[in-house]
Amino acid sequence: MDSARSDALPDSAPDDSAADNPAGFTVDFTAGYAALKILVAGGFGVGKTTLIGAVSEIRPLSTEEVLTEASRPVDHLDDAGAKTTTTVALDFGRITLGDDLALYLFGAPGQDRFWFLWDELAHGAQGAVVLADTRRLQDCFPAVDYFERRHLPFVVAVNCFDGARAHTTAAITAALDLDPGTPVVLCDARDRTSGKEVLIALVEHAGRPR
Amino acid sequence: MNDSVPLWFDDEAGPLVRLYAMTGGRAGASGRFDLMTVVRAVPLPGHGPPLPPEQRELHLLCARPRTVADLASDAGLPLGVVRVLLDDLLTSGLIGVGPQVQPAGLPDPHLLRRVIDGLRAL
Repeated sequence: MDSARSDALPDSAPDDSAADNPAGFTVDFTAGYAALKILVAGGFGVGKTTLIGAVSEIRPLSTEEVLTEASRPVDHLDDAGAKTTTTVALDFGRITLGDDLALYLFGAPGQDRFWFLWDELAHGAQGAVVLADTRRLQDCFPAVDYFERRHLPFVVAVNCFDGARAHTTAAITAALDLDPGTPVVLCDARDRTSGKEVLIALVEHAGRPR
Repeated sequence: MNDSVPLWFDDEAGPLVRLYAMTGGRAGASGRFDLMTVVRAVPLPGHGPPLPPEQRELHLLCARPRTVADLASDAGLPLGVVRVLLDDLLTSGLIGVGPQVQPAGLPDPHLLRRVIDGLRAL
């Protein structure tokens, strides 16, 4: 774990850090630590927080963001001197898969006025889970559209509330007009095993040649 | 402290030290730190002025490799504040950072296989 891996660090700390280091600390900052990111998206109240909490230890994470023009009418910020930042709480979970490997889950805020956060959350992501509720399927259209435009691999996970499985995956594929090959899986967001299966389906999909 | 005396501050009141005080009034970070950028502390040289409390806490938290998101969550500070503080630590040579996070690069098949196997084993 602590073996020197300086080749993994093309962009390391300033040179003077080594000079100030009497212990002769080897440049080994990240030791090959791999952090993979997956987004969990979907409409408001569809169960994103529940899913992240079922498969990982969910933790608080907040970000202070400058409000965009689009969100100003919502927040009634007409005065130039008014507050222009807002604190957004993100759902954030980590699944540790080894000393040097962890999977990070980020819930993408479902409300329209937080769209500006999505680009940062999607940057470098391996893929996304679009959580859907068949009673409000239209709520996940924006997320499907977003990931298709950016060619980010995603799976649609249909949260079967109360075990109701009224629709087939083929019907959902058709209703969402998904690209062929986009997996649709039925799940129970409250169930850890079911949530794991969703993540496995996504990672398998992300690894397929495109 | 006497338990019968109610505290005049609580979590609802917000942090006792305002966030702009922690960052010296700066709001914008360099953009070097993505959510998933891996950070690790360089041992303190043992001389020089002590670090401000928030920088010292971040430095302790990344004794092992940690992502920026981990650090913000563990320190209980907003991401924007953590990015400014990490900029300072990097400028001082007190942390090292991993490679820049690439925008949705081709996934390493071996890594994905390890993730799948790891998830199955959980």
